[in-house]
Amino acid sequence: MEEENKLPRRAAIAQILAERQDTLVVTGLGSPTYDCAAVGDHPLNFYLWGAMGSAVTVGLGLALAQPKRRVLVVTGDGEMLMGLGALATVAMKGPNNLSILVIDNEHYGETGMQQTHTSAGVDLAGIALRCGFPQSVTVRQQADRSYTWPRVQLSLY
Amino acid sequence: MTSWPDLIFEKLREFGIRHVAYVPDAGLARLIELCQAADDMEPTVLTTEEEGIGILAGAWLGGERGALLMQSSGVGNCINALSLAKVCGFPLLMIVTMRGEWGEMNPWQIPMGQITGKTLQLAGVIVYEVTKPEAAAPTVEAAARICFNGGLAVAILLSQRMLGTKLFKD
Repeated sequence: MEEENKLPRRAAIAQILAERQDTLVVTGLGSPTYDCAAVGDHPLNFYLWGAMGSAVTVGLGLALAQPKRRVLVVTGDGEMLMGLGALATVAMKGPNNLSILVIDNEHYGETGMQQTHTSAGVDLAGIALRCGFPQSVTVRQQADRSYTWPRVQLSLY
Repeated sequence: MTSWPDLIFEKLREFGIRHVAYVPDAGLARLIELCQAADDMEPTVLTTEEEGIGILAGAWLGGERGALLMQSSGVGNCINALSLAKVCGFPLLMIVTMRGEWGEMNPWQIPMGQITGKTLQLAGVIVYEVTKPEAAAPTVEAAARICFNGGLAVAILLSQRMLGTKLFKD
Protein backbone atom coordinates (compact mmCIF):
# COMPACT_ATOMS: atom_id res chain seq x y z
CA MET A 1 0.00 0.00 0.00
CA GLU A 2 1.61 3.21 -1.13
CA GLU A 3 -0.28 5.53 1.13
CA GLU A 4 -2.05 4.98 4.37
CA ASN A 5 -5.77 4.87 3.82
CA LYS A 6 -8.22 5.77 6.50
CA LEU A 7 -11.62 5.62 4.92
CA PRO A 8 -14.40 3.90 6.85
CA ARG A 9 -16.32 2.04 4.17
CA ARG A 10 -19.78 1.99 5.73
CA ALA A 11 -19.68 5.71 6.44
CA ALA A 12 -18.30 6.47 2.98
CA ILE A 13 -20.99 4.42 1.25
CA ALA A 14 -23.70 5.94 3.43
CA GLN A 15 -22.46 9.40 2.50
CA ILE A 16 -22.37 8.60 -1.21
CA LEU A 17 -25.81 6.94 -1.25
CA ALA A 18 -27.35 9.77 0.75
CA GLU A 19 -26.96 11.85 -2.39
CA ARG A 20 -28.22 9.19 -4.81
CA GLN A 21 -31.64 10.70 -5.54
CA ASP A 22 -33.09 8.35 -8.20
CA THR A 23 -29.80 6.69 -9.13
CA LEU A 24 -30.05 2.99 -9.98
CA VAL A 25 -27.53 1.10 -7.84
CA VAL A 26 -26.00 -2.29 -8.70
CA THR A 27 -23.82 -3.93 -6.06
CA GLY A 28 -21.15 -6.60 -6.45
CA LEU A 29 -21.08 -9.71 -4.33
CA GLY A 30 -19.58 -9.67 -0.87
CA SER A 31 -19.07 -6.72 1.37
CA PRO A 32 -20.13 -4.00 -1.10
CA THR A 33 -23.58 -5.59 -1.23
CA TYR A 34 -23.69 -5.60 2.57
CA ASP A 35 -22.38 -2.02 2.71
CA CYS A 36 -25.18 -0.78 0.45
CA ALA A 37 -27.87 -2.84 2.16
CA ALA A 38 -26.67 -1.54 5.53
CA VAL A 39 -27.49 1.99 4.44
CA GLY A 40 -31.10 0.82 4.11
CA ASP A 41 -32.82 -1.18 1.40
CA HIS A 42 -33.99 0.78 -1.60
CA PRO A 43 -36.32 -0.17 -4.48
CA LEU A 44 -33.69 1.01 -6.97
CA ASN A 45 -30.96 -1.29 -5.59
CA PHE A 46 -30.02 -4.52 -7.35
CA TYR A 47 -27.74 -6.71 -5.26
CA LEU A 48 -25.52 -9.39 -6.75
CA TRP A 49 -24.51 -12.16 -4.40
CA GLY A 50 -22.81 -14.31 -6.99
CA ALA A 51 -21.89 -14.35 -10.69
CA MET A 52 -18.59 -12.84 -9.60
CA GLY A 53 -17.26 -10.32 -12.09
CA SER A 54 -20.69 -9.34 -13.39
CA ALA A 55 -21.49 -6.19 -11.39
CA VAL A 56 -20.05 -3.79 -13.95
CA THR A 57 -21.70 -5.52 -16.91
CA VAL A 58 -25.11 -5.51 -15.20
CA GLY A 59 -24.60 -1.79 -14.61
CA LEU A 60 -23.62 -1.31 -18.25
CA GLY A 61 -26.73 -3.08 -19.55
CA LEU A 62 -28.91 -1.03 -17.24
CA ALA A 63 -27.19 2.21 -18.24
CA LEU A 64 -27.68 1.42 -21.95
CA ALA A 65 -31.35 0.53 -21.43
CA GLN A 66 -32.04 3.57 -19.23
CA PRO A 67 -29.90 6.33 -20.72
CA LYS A 68 -31.75 9.06 -18.84
CA ARG A 69 -31.12 7.52 -15.43
CA ARG A 70 -27.87 7.54 -13.50
CA VAL A 71 -26.46 4.12 -12.71
CA LEU A 72 -23.92 3.47 -9.96
CA VAL A 73 -22.08 0.17 -9.62
CA VAL A 74 -20.63 -0.44 -6.16
CA THR A 75 -18.24 -3.36 -6.03
CA GLY A 76 -14.98 -4.56 -4.49
CA ASP A 77 -11.48 -5.02 -5.81
CA GLY A 78 -11.76 -8.82 -6.00
CA GLU A 79 -15.00 -8.69 -7.95
CA MET A 80 -13.66 -5.97 -10.24
CA LEU A 81 -10.45 -7.91 -10.91
CA MET A 82 -12.47 -10.94 -12.02
CA GLY A 83 -14.17 -8.85 -14.68
CA LEU A 84 -11.43 -6.43 -15.73
CA GLY A 85 -12.36 -6.85 -19.39
CA ALA A 86 -15.69 -5.22 -18.58
CA LEU A 87 -13.85 -1.92 -18.10
CA ALA A 88 -12.73 -2.15 -21.74
CA THR A 89 -16.28 -2.99 -22.83
CA VAL A 90 -17.72 -0.06 -20.85
CA ALA A 91 -15.11 2.29 -22.30
CA MET A 92 -15.95 1.14 -25.81
CA LYS A 93 -19.67 1.82 -25.28
CA GLY A 94 -18.99 5.05 -23.41
CA PRO A 95 -22.30 5.52 -21.55
CA ASN A 96 -22.28 8.92 -19.85
CA ASN A 97 -24.71 7.80 -17.14
CA LEU A 98 -22.64 5.03 -15.57
CA SER A 99 -20.35 5.38 -12.57
CA ILE A 100 -18.27 2.62 -11.04
CA LEU A 101 -17.23 2.72 -7.42
CA VAL A 102 -14.72 0.12 -6.30
CA ILE A 103 -14.21 -0.29 -2.58
CA ASP A 104 -10.63 -1.45 -2.72
CA ASN A 105 -9.37 -2.95 0.52
CA GLU A 106 -6.72 -4.98 -1.31
CA HIS A 107 -8.18 -8.20 0.07
CA TYR A 108 -10.81 -10.85 -0.58
CA GLY A 109 -12.98 -9.98 2.38
CA GLU A 110 -15.40 -12.92 2.21
CA THR A 111 -12.87 -15.72 2.11
CA GLY A 112 -10.39 -14.94 4.86
CA MET A 113 -8.83 -11.63 3.86
CA GLN A 114 -6.36 -13.05 1.35
CA GLN A 115 -4.51 -10.34 -0.56
CA THR A 116 -5.70 -9.29 -4.02
CA HIS A 117 -3.59 -7.98 -6.87
CA THR A 118 -4.22 -4.38 -5.85
CA SER A 119 -2.17 -5.05 -2.71
CA ALA A 120 0.80 -5.48 -5.05
CA GLY A 121 0.11 -2.19 -6.78
CA VAL A 122 -2.29 -3.10 -9.57
CA ASP A 123 -4.00 0.23 -10.14
CA LEU A 124 -7.69 -0.16 -11.01
CA ALA A 125 -8.23 3.55 -11.56
CA GLY A 126 -5.22 3.59 -13.87
CA ILE A 127 -6.55 0.62 -15.82
CA ALA A 128 -9.91 2.36 -16.26
CA LEU A 129 -8.15 5.50 -17.49
CA ARG A 130 -6.05 3.58 -19.98
CA CYS A 131 -9.18 1.80 -21.20
CA GLY A 132 -10.50 5.23 -22.05
CA PHE A 133 -12.63 6.33 -19.10
CA PRO A 134 -12.68 10.14 -19.19
CA GLN A 135 -12.25 10.23 -15.42
CA SER A 136 -11.00 7.73 -12.89
CA VAL A 137 -9.54 8.57 -9.51
CA THR A 138 -8.50 6.83 -6.32
CA VAL A 139 -9.87 8.45 -3.19
CA ARG A 140 -8.15 8.02 0.17
CA GLN A 141 -9.97 10.08 2.74
CA GLN A 142 -8.81 10.68 6.24
CA ALA A 143 -11.48 9.86 8.77
CA ASP A 144 -11.57 10.31 12.48
CA ARG A 145 -11.34 6.63 13.36
CA SER A 146 -8.94 4.59 15.39
CA TYR A 147 -8.68 1.92 12.68
CA THR A 148 -7.49 2.19 9.14
CA TRP A 149 -9.74 1.52 6.25
CA PRO A 150 -8.89 1.07 2.65
CA ARG A 151 -8.98 3.37 -0.26
CA VAL A 152 -12.04 3.77 -2.35
CA GLN A 153 -11.56 3.87 -6.05
CA LEU A 154 -14.20 6.08 -7.46
CA SER A 155 -14.27 5.77 -11.20
CA LEU A 156 -16.59 8.34 -12.65
CA TYR A 157 -17.97 8.42 -16.11
CA MET B 1 -33.81 -17.28 -51.09
CA THR B 2 -33.07 -15.16 -48.05
CA SER B 3 -30.14 -16.45 -46.03
CA TRP B 4 -30.56 -17.82 -42.51
CA PRO B 5 -28.73 -14.90 -40.81
CA ASP B 6 -31.14 -12.45 -42.44
CA LEU B 7 -34.11 -14.54 -41.34
CA ILE B 8 -32.79 -14.81 -37.77
CA PHE B 9 -32.24 -11.05 -37.76
CA GLU B 10 -35.90 -10.52 -38.71
CA LYS B 11 -36.95 -12.76 -35.82
CA LEU B 12 -34.80 -10.78 -33.39
CA ARG B 13 -36.58 -7.66 -34.62
CA GLU B 14 -40.01 -9.26 -34.28
CA PHE B 15 -39.26 -10.08 -30.65
CA GLY B 16 -38.16 -6.52 -29.89
CA ILE B 17 -34.56 -7.45 -29.20
CA ARG B 18 -32.47 -4.34 -28.87
CA HIS B 19 -29.31 -5.40 -27.08
CA VAL B 20 -27.07 -7.73 -29.03
CA ALA B 21 -23.98 -8.73 -27.06
CA TYR B 22 -21.45 -10.80 -28.93
CA VAL B 23 -18.01 -12.28 -29.26
CA PRO B 24 -17.55 -12.69 -33.01
CA ASP B 25 -17.47 -15.97 -34.87
CA ALA B 26 -17.11 -16.44 -38.61
CA GLY B 27 -20.51 -18.13 -38.66
CA LEU B 28 -22.10 -15.11 -36.98
CA ALA B 29 -20.43 -12.46 -39.15
CA ARG B 30 -23.46 -11.68 -41.31
CA LEU B 31 -25.89 -11.58 -38.37
CA ILE B 32 -23.55 -9.26 -36.44
CA GLU B 33 -23.27 -6.96 -39.48
CA LEU B 34 -27.05 -6.76 -39.74
CA CYS B 35 -27.38 -5.91 -36.05
CA GLN B 36 -24.64 -3.27 -36.32
CA ALA B 37 -26.41 -1.67 -39.25
CA ALA B 38 -29.78 -1.51 -37.45
CA ASP B 39 -30.51 1.90 -35.94
CA ASP B 40 -32.81 0.41 -33.34
CA MET B 41 -30.29 -2.12 -32.03
CA GLU B 42 -27.51 -1.72 -29.50
CA PRO B 43 -24.70 -4.11 -30.41
CA THR B 44 -21.92 -4.60 -27.87
CA VAL B 45 -18.71 -6.48 -28.55
CA LEU B 46 -17.45 -8.29 -25.45
CA THR B 47 -13.99 -9.21 -24.23
CA THR B 48 -15.42 -12.49 -22.91
CA GLU B 49 -18.83 -14.07 -23.37
CA GLU B 50 -19.89 -13.95 -19.72
CA GLU B 51 -20.01 -10.16 -19.94
CA GLY B 52 -23.02 -10.59 -22.18
CA ILE B 53 -24.99 -12.34 -19.45
CA GLY B 54 -24.48 -9.36 -17.15
CA ILE B 55 -25.30 -6.83 -19.86
CA LEU B 56 -28.51 -8.62 -20.83
CA ALA B 57 -29.50 -8.93 -17.17
CA GLY B 58 -28.99 -5.19 -16.76
CA ALA B 59 -30.89 -4.44 -19.94
CA TRP B 60 -33.79 -6.60 -18.73
CA LEU B 61 -33.78 -4.74 -15.40
CA GLY B 62 -33.99 -1.60 -17.50
CA GLY B 63 -37.00 -2.95 -19.39
CA GLU B 64 -35.35 -4.12 -22.61
CA ARG B 65 -34.64 -7.40 -24.36
CA GLY B 66 -31.41 -8.75 -25.73
CA ALA B 67 -29.60 -11.72 -27.18
CA LEU B 68 -26.10 -13.12 -26.72
CA LEU B 69 -24.24 -14.35 -29.81
CA MET B 70 -21.14 -16.50 -29.42
CA GLN B 71 -19.16 -19.48 -30.62
CA SER B 72 -19.43 -22.78 -28.71
CA SER B 73 -16.01 -22.24 -27.14
CA GLY B 74 -17.46 -19.23 -25.35
CA VAL B 75 -20.15 -21.26 -23.62
CA GLY B 76 -17.55 -22.55 -21.19
CA ASN B 77 -16.75 -18.98 -20.21
CA CYS B 78 -20.37 -18.38 -19.21
CA ILE B 79 -21.13 -21.15 -16.74
CA ASN B 80 -20.92 -19.35 -13.40
CA ALA B 81 -22.45 -16.18 -14.84
CA LEU B 82 -25.50 -18.22 -15.89
CA SER B 83 -26.45 -18.33 -12.22
CA LEU B 84 -27.39 -14.65 -12.55
CA ALA B 85 -30.14 -15.42 -15.06
CA LYS B 86 -31.25 -18.54 -13.20
CA VAL B 87 -31.41 -17.15 -9.67
CA CYS B 88 -33.16 -13.96 -10.76
CA GLY B 89 -35.47 -15.60 -13.31
CA PHE B 90 -34.25 -13.38 -16.13
CA PRO B 91 -34.82 -14.45 -19.73
CA LEU B 92 -31.59 -15.16 -21.59
CA LEU B 93 -31.55 -15.85 -25.31
CA MET B 94 -28.30 -17.26 -26.67
CA ILE B 95 -27.39 -18.05 -30.26
CA VAL B 96 -24.33 -20.29 -30.45
CA THR B 97 -22.41 -21.24 -33.58
CA MET B 98 -20.81 -24.64 -33.16
CA ARG B 99 -17.19 -25.64 -33.54
CA GLY B 100 -15.62 -28.96 -32.64
CA GLU B 101 -18.82 -30.79 -33.35
CA TRP B 102 -18.89 -32.02 -36.96
CA GLY B 103 -15.86 -32.51 -39.18
CA GLU B 104 -13.74 -30.10 -37.14
CA MET B 105 -10.18 -29.54 -38.30
CA ASN B 106 -8.90 -27.78 -35.16
CA PRO B 107 -8.38 -30.23 -32.29
CA TRP B 108 -8.51 -27.42 -29.73
CA GLN B 109 -12.17 -26.80 -30.59
CA ILE B 110 -13.29 -30.38 -30.04
CA PRO B 111 -13.31 -30.69 -26.22
CA MET B 112 -15.69 -27.74 -25.71
CA GLY B 113 -17.65 -28.42 -28.89
CA GLN B 114 -18.44 -31.97 -27.76
CA ILE B 115 -19.88 -30.84 -24.42
CA THR B 116 -21.51 -27.52 -25.33
CA GLY B 117 -25.11 -28.72 -25.32
CA LYS B 118 -24.75 -30.99 -22.29
CA THR B 119 -22.96 -28.26 -20.34
CA LEU B 120 -25.72 -25.77 -21.04
CA GLN B 121 -28.37 -28.31 -20.05
CA LEU B 122 -26.55 -29.08 -16.81
CA ALA B 123 -26.58 -25.36 -16.08
CA GLY B 124 -30.36 -25.31 -16.52
CA VAL B 125 -30.47 -23.90 -20.03
CA ILE B 126 -33.01 -25.17 -22.58
CA VAL B 127 -31.12 -26.21 -25.71
CA TYR B 128 -32.28 -26.37 -29.32
CA GLU B 129 -30.02 -27.77 -31.98
CA VAL B 130 -30.33 -26.60 -35.58
CA THR B 131 -28.76 -28.67 -38.33
CA LYS B 132 -30.50 -27.18 -41.38
CA PRO B 133 -30.51 -23.53 -42.47
CA GLU B 134 -34.25 -23.47 -43.08
CA ALA B 135 -34.86 -24.49 -39.46
CA ALA B 136 -32.78 -21.65 -37.99
CA ALA B 137 -35.30 -18.80 -37.94
CA PRO B 138 -38.29 -20.94 -36.82
CA THR B 139 -36.15 -22.31 -34.00
CA VAL B 140 -35.13 -18.81 -32.92
CA GLU B 141 -38.81 -17.88 -32.87
CA ALA B 142 -39.77 -20.89 -30.75
CA ALA B 143 -36.81 -20.32 -28.43
CA ALA B 144 -37.53 -16.61 -28.02
CA ARG B 145 -41.14 -17.35 -27.05
CA ILE B 146 -40.10 -19.80 -24.37
CA CYS B 147 -37.33 -17.50 -23.23
CA PHE B 148 -39.30 -14.30 -22.84
CA ASN B 149 -42.64 -15.80 -21.84
CA GLY B 150 -41.11 -18.21 -19.37
CA GLY B 151 -38.29 -16.09 -17.99
CA LEU B 152 -35.85 -18.84 -18.91
CA ALA B 153 -32.39 -19.27 -20.38
CA VAL B 154 -32.54 -20.77 -23.86
CA ALA B 155 -29.72 -21.55 -26.28
CA ILE B 156 -29.93 -22.23 -30.00
CA LEU B 157 -26.96 -24.22 -31.24
CA LEU B 158 -26.28 -23.76 -34.95
CA SER B 159 -24.55 -26.94 -36.08
CA GLN B 160 -21.48 -27.16 -38.30
CA ARG B 161 -23.71 -29.35 -40.46
CA MET B 162 -25.47 -26.17 -41.59
CA LEU B 163 -22.61 -23.68 -41.15
CA GLY B 164 -20.12 -25.75 -43.06
CA THR B 165 -16.79 -26.89 -41.71
CA LYS B 166 -13.84 -24.56 -41.85
CA LEU B 167 -10.81 -26.14 -43.52
CA PHE B 168 -7.24 -25.02 -43.91
CA LYS B 169 -6.57 -24.11 -47.51
CA ASP B 170 -3.47 -23.01 -49.39
